[in-house]
Amino acid sequence: MNEFLTLMKSELVITFIIFLLLFIKIGKGMKNESLLSLIQVLLLVNFIAGFFFNKEGSLFGDMFHTSPLIVFQKNILSLGIYLISMLCADWLKKTEHLPEFFILMLSAVLGMFLLISSGNLLIFYLSLELATIPVAAMANFDVEKKRSSEGAMKMILSSAFSSGILLFGISLLYGATGTISFGELTAQLDGSPLQILSFVFLFTAFAFKLSIVPFHLWTADVYEGSPIAVTSFLSVISKGAIAFIFMSVLFKVFQPMQDVWYNMIVVLAIATMVIGNLFALRQQNIKRFLAFSSIAQVGFILVGISSNDATGLTSVVYFVLIYVFSNLAAFGVASVIAAHTGKENVDDYKGLYKTNPFLCWIMALALFSLAGIPPTAGFFGKLFLLTAGSARGNYWFIIIAALNMIISLYYYLRVVRAMFMDKNEQPVEKININPTVKLAMIICAAGIVLIGLLSWIYDYIQSLS
Amino acid sequence: MMNPGLYHILFLSAALFFIGVYGFLTRRNLITMLMSIELILNSVNLNFIAFNKYVWPEKMDGLFFTLFIIAIAAAEAAVAIAIIINLYRSHQSIDVENAEDLKY
Repeated sequence: MNEFLTLMKSELVITFIIFLLLFIKIGKGMKNESLLSLIQVLLLVNFIAGFFFNKEGSLFGDMFHTSPLIVFQKNILSLGIYLISMLCADWLKKTEHLPEFFILMLSAVLGMFLLISSGNLLIFYLSLELATIPVAAMANFDVEKKRSSEGAMKMILSSAFSSGILLFGISLLYGATGTISFGELTAQLDGSPLQILSFVFLFTAFAFKLSIVPFHLWTADVYEGSPIAVTSFLSVISKGAIAFIFMSVLFKVFQPMQDVWYNMIVVLAIATMVIGNLFALRQQNIKRFLAFSSIAQVGFILVGISSNDATGLTSVVYFVLIYVFSNLAAFGVASVIAAHTGKENVDDYKGLYKTNPFLCWIMALALFSLAGIPPTAGFFGKLFLLTAGSARGNYWFIIIAALNMIISLYYYLRVVRAMFMDKNEQPVEKININPTVKLAMIICAAGIVLIGLLSWIYDYIQSLS
Repeated sequence: MMNPGLYHILFLSAALFFIGVYGFLTRRNLITMLMSIELILNSVNLNFIAFNKYVWPEKMDGLFFTLFIIAIAAAEAAVAIAIIINLYRSHQSIDVENAEDLKY
């Protein structure tokens, strides 16, 4: 009993918060402002609780297992949802159904926590569905907007289709090996054609969820249609969780088939980086622009995954940690501007520096970090990813990835130029930033600068993996 | 009278799967697309049951998996239909061709 409480600690805390919100909802209800502060405190408690009572072990006949590295990954996700609840405060206060929004979001997070900890294909499938179905409902949260329902429709159909493909792969894998437990699967894999076919189906489903080219088409539409709070959740938290489980499935379960998946990953990483970058060049809407930039970032994560060793594991976790801070800072600025003025186009950002210098500096820092310019942490994240990827001696692959970093500079700096240098007759007027939002932005900025400079963070992750 | 063997059932389920994929990609009505996804999920159920009965009769994982798939498919369809009803309210249509605000 005691073991159950400590090992499933993160999940239990999230479940507790979900039930608390449900009771508040069916009870008297609260004013949005006080409820939001309560939720922020609860999420902070959830994040801090992640650092205590961490043990390694497994439950329910190996269906659920946890280790210090997995707990660290869960902490990254908890930090991400805490920052989202602060950064999008302006939008959240206006929404009519605040408790429902957080109930859906926390159920999705619960799914992601179970997903990272899963040790069996059954629990893996169930938690993957728990992590995606609520997000589709969240994408439709601007109920009266046409674009929101269109985005949600695209999301639910593509995720249902991809889970159908995933299930077909799992059923073939069960037929070929007779087991659905991760631990027993590895011993059974010998690379027979049926196993390779089932692996291709599984890989396709992962590619859908991670929006790897050519399965990325839903991404930009869903990101543009959903409210910004949901977009930032999708692009940071969901991506991070799926990247973690993808990595551990490839490294642990499909280790015997590494020759098969190495080539697939190389080809898809190149396609993802190139197509993500080329489409990002011509985007005008800031959410669409960040969507394609996040597709390109997934390409870089794949470079790290291709290494297939502990260095790759460390570098991907480290990169996701940096990515949480830099992407959330960018989405936070976009969210503040959209909540106050309703403007979402890159052209509307022209001359922003005259009126809102603070927002401009945060946005510029975030974009520099996403592009990978040296003093920011993004540079170190990309550096470690490419170093890990080069371990196999496939230098052409690394050179193409590095060239893609240069292409990405063009479109990130285009936004920076619009904010700082372009003239505009009617720039966005001065915005009074809420203190909570400001605090969250300063945390993000501090994260972007410090994670790159403090080397013990990387060493700490390396000691866990 | 010949009893159906493993290969018959696998052939049937593979055919169902690809009919589902074809329907999902070609149909323009959202409800029909949802039905195609149900076809895919049911082909998976058949696969699991067949493998469980003919190949691994002592391991019951396949049977349990099927039960969970049926439950999850219902949950997924509920959310999808809620979204489609909402889409119908704003677009006055459940044809994907009419939901085309978001492009490129």
